[in-house]
Amino acid sequence: MSRQKILNSLAAPLLAVGFSLVVVTIILFAFGSNVFEVFNSMAVYGTSPRSLTLMLNLATTYYISAVAVAIGFKMNLFNIGVNGQYMLGGMCAAAVAGSLNLPGVVAIPITIFVAIAVGAAWAGVAAWLKVARGVSEVISTIMLNFIALGLISYIIIRTNVGRAASFNVRGTEIIPPNGRMVGWNLLSPTIKVYGFIIVAALIGVLYWFVLNRTVFGYDLRASGLSVSAASASGVNSKRMVVIAMLISGGIAGMVGLPDLLGNDPYSYTLNFPSGYGFTGIAIALLGRNNPIGIAFGAILWAFLDVSSQILDIENVPREIVTIMQGVIVLAVVVAYELVRRNRVKSEQQNVGEALTQKESSAS
Amino acid sequence: MGDAPIAVQLTGIWKRFPGVIANSDINLSVRRGSVHAIVGENGAGKSTLMKILYGMQKPDEGTITISGTEVIFQSPSDAIDAGIGMVHQHFMLADNLTVLENIILGSEPTQRGVIKNETALTRLTQLAQQYGLDVPFNSFVSELGVGARQRIEILKVLYRGASILILDEPTAVLVPHEVDELFSALSDLKAEGITILFISHKLDEVLAIADDITVIRAGSTVATVNLHTQKVSADDLAEMMVGSELPTPETRGSTVTDKVLIDVSNLSVLTAAGKPLVDDVSFKIHAGEVLGIAGVEGNGQAEIVDALMGVIKSTGVLVYDGEDISKWSTRKRREQGFGFIPEDRMRQGLLLETSLWENRMLGHQTLKPNSNGFLLTPADAKSDTARIVDEYDVRTPNIDVFASALSGGNQQKLIVGREMSSNPKFLLAAHPTRGVDVGAQAAIWDHLRMARQSGLAVLLISADLDELIGLSDTIKVLLRGKFVADADPLTVTPQELGTAMTGVKKRDEIGNTS
Repeated sequence: MSRQKILNSLAAPLLAVGFSLVVVTIILFAFGSNVFEVFNSMAVYGTSPRSLTLMLNLATTYYISAVAVAIGFKMNLFNIGVNGQYMLGGMCAAAVAGSLNLPGVVAIPITIFVAIAVGAAWAGVAAWLKVARGVSEVISTIMLNFIALGLISYIIIRTNVGRAASFNVRGTEIIPPNGRMVGWNLLSPTIKVYGFIIVAALIGVLYWFVLNRTVFGYDLRASGLSVSAASASGVNSKRMVVIAMLISGGIAGMVGLPDLLGNDPYSYTLNFPSGYGFTGIAIALLGRNNPIGIAFGAILWAFLDVSSQILDIENVPREIVTIMQGVIVLAVVVAYELVRRNRVKSEQQNVGEALTQKESSAS
Repeated sequence: MGDAPIAVQLTGIWKRFPGVIANSDINLSVRRGSVHAIVGENGAGKSTLMKILYGMQKPDEGTITISGTEVIFQSPSDAIDAGIGMVHQHFMLADNLTVLENIILGSEPTQRGVIKNETALTRLTQLAQQYGLDVPFNSFVSELGVGARQRIEILKVLYRGASILILDEPTAVLVPHEVDELFSALSDLKAEGITILFISHKLDEVLAIADDITVIRAGSTVATVNLHTQKVSADDLAEMMVGSELPTPETRGSTVTDKVLIDVSNLSVLTAAGKPLVDDVSFKIHAGEVLGIAGVEGNGQAEIVDALMGVIKSTGVLVYDGEDISKWSTRKRREQGFGFIPEDRMRQGLLLETSLWENRMLGHQTLKPNSNGFLLTPADAKSDTARIVDEYDVRTPNIDVFASALSGGNQQKLIVGREMSSNPKFLLAAHPTRGVDVGAQAAIWDHLRMARQSGLAVLLISADLDELIGLSDTIKVLLRGKFVADADPLTVTPQELGTAMTGVKKRDEIGNTS
């Protein structure tokens, strides 16, 4: 990749972040806060070893979620249902993991497999509806999110899967120590980096490899660029929708695992964090469906989330960071589209120029 | 006529892009109320020139004078204000709006914010009558054919007050009788004092309609011929354009073998509503045979091709090399030797915002040199793309540019090169030389002939009847989804084919003069 190209791909996200900083500065200024002090305390707090560890852990979760979304995006499928898929996948995986008493090398792969299978199955419902009945996956996955929530509550409250996990919260059976992936004290002596970060990295590598180095990945990208050209080239578009949706859902199923296997209470409770699926959409946009770009996006997002904790002490509403994240996404979507149009135009111009040059030098 | 006032005068137009020259010393004067044709190869600088005249680009040097007043255009809206209108090669109409809505879009007559359709309709009916441009104003554009769409585009610019029309390759999408209709409309326009700039590759048509012809070559105006005072032939013009003689698509000697490669029986394609688009069609193609299908666009050709490729649902039996393959997927057909040059390269032939070498894979992504069936092999694909670019004279600086950056003709050469490179046994070629310049056209014909020599069976669809007659061993005429006549390419004339295509003659062996 030439320097020009790298610069081009960095321009949009950097501009977006810069723009959002300006917006937030204006808002803080309007509220009469000391802008410099706010940013400074966020930076100091956000770079402490404890915060950095939290950031990496959160980024691990965000990364998996964003890759799940990105696979759909690559072929113009909008999997809004990552949220439901990971919650249901996580709950089932937790229930299975809690009931296993096996060595880690066996138990953990089983847990991961269950999460993938349930996530894929839940996304598969949307895929089937789209292919067989023409229902937009946007609508069906949103609906399935609600159904998943209801289903989880029912299972945990009404069936034997649920029990009192801690004081007044019900959840699944606690996962025995063998089945956990607690990780390592890399940065801080008090808090561990999730072991699942390795799985997340593997997912990223696999995502890149499949997309760019396999015929399947080519078919998928082609479908995203032009359904008609892809189908004329021999891609079965319905089959492709189903497979892409299953893969997206399968990866989504794993989104809850870093927390589940690496953090107290090692049980899927009714308090299990929700909303990772929607963050994943934002980060996939920010990282432009590129495995490296998504990694940077996830880390940035996690950094903002973690460092915003200090704002309460500074007496600044924490929501300022949410505004900042929102502005980043909006700005980056606009910037990418501008960059894309600009690229198409400049390529045409460059080709024209290069050819006239060739001809005039030949004659 | 010779002393008519000058409507458009371009003097000493230069357009340089950094370090290079796209237009050098262009001089052009167009008389009012004339049809002035501009001919030249792809990339000769016609488009740049028209973009300058339409205000899309600014010239570095030189002046533009419209009806005696020197003008400087900052944008197309300046050009529109000066009475210049452009009809693009690709129509820009909204399918789900009516004709009327399309025409007034962007300049609706309003009264207190409410659109006055009646006012527009009155004016348009008058315009349409005046210029003989007949369109159904209340129909949806989606229901209309290409000819009508083009008339809408012309009305659109006239409605905006244009008195100088730029038509970019207006006949590329039309069949003979639609071309005639267009030409008669152009004559009416001319008679009403409208000036027409007509850009085209098709020299015989240019000779039929134009009053003056200007030839552009390598960025400069080479010659201007007044057809009323000077005699010039298509060959002369072609020579001025490319410096070589005009190629003909004639195939020499039959290479048809007695081995039936494709045997289609009772092929039918229905719309969702159950109306037949292809109606119980049967035909055979032998190895080494080119079967040409003549027909006005929209009579089922596209559907036959899509059905044979397996991208749309159809009924009937397709036997390929002795085997019933009706149930084969598109991919399997591709892998087993089907080549496909689609009618609409933007829709079915290319991934526009992707590199040329990735486009080389399209349709052949499971085959060598693109992959081993599972993993892609980009290095091999790239070197093979370089070979295609070289052998098929695809004009591009490198193979990493987007396909959308190439001109239409060069995109087509890439597609033809790609499809021929997999050594197909059966080639579905729809308009294989559409939008390609004279030199490249001859090269594509040569490639087709060579492949035919070695046993390739070809299903050829073309709106260029000379091409169809010149390349085909057998011609069938398709009308409303059925074959209505057979023609012998050795004896049939384009006129006879044209008549059969529009259904005047039925169930007849045409071309037999006896």
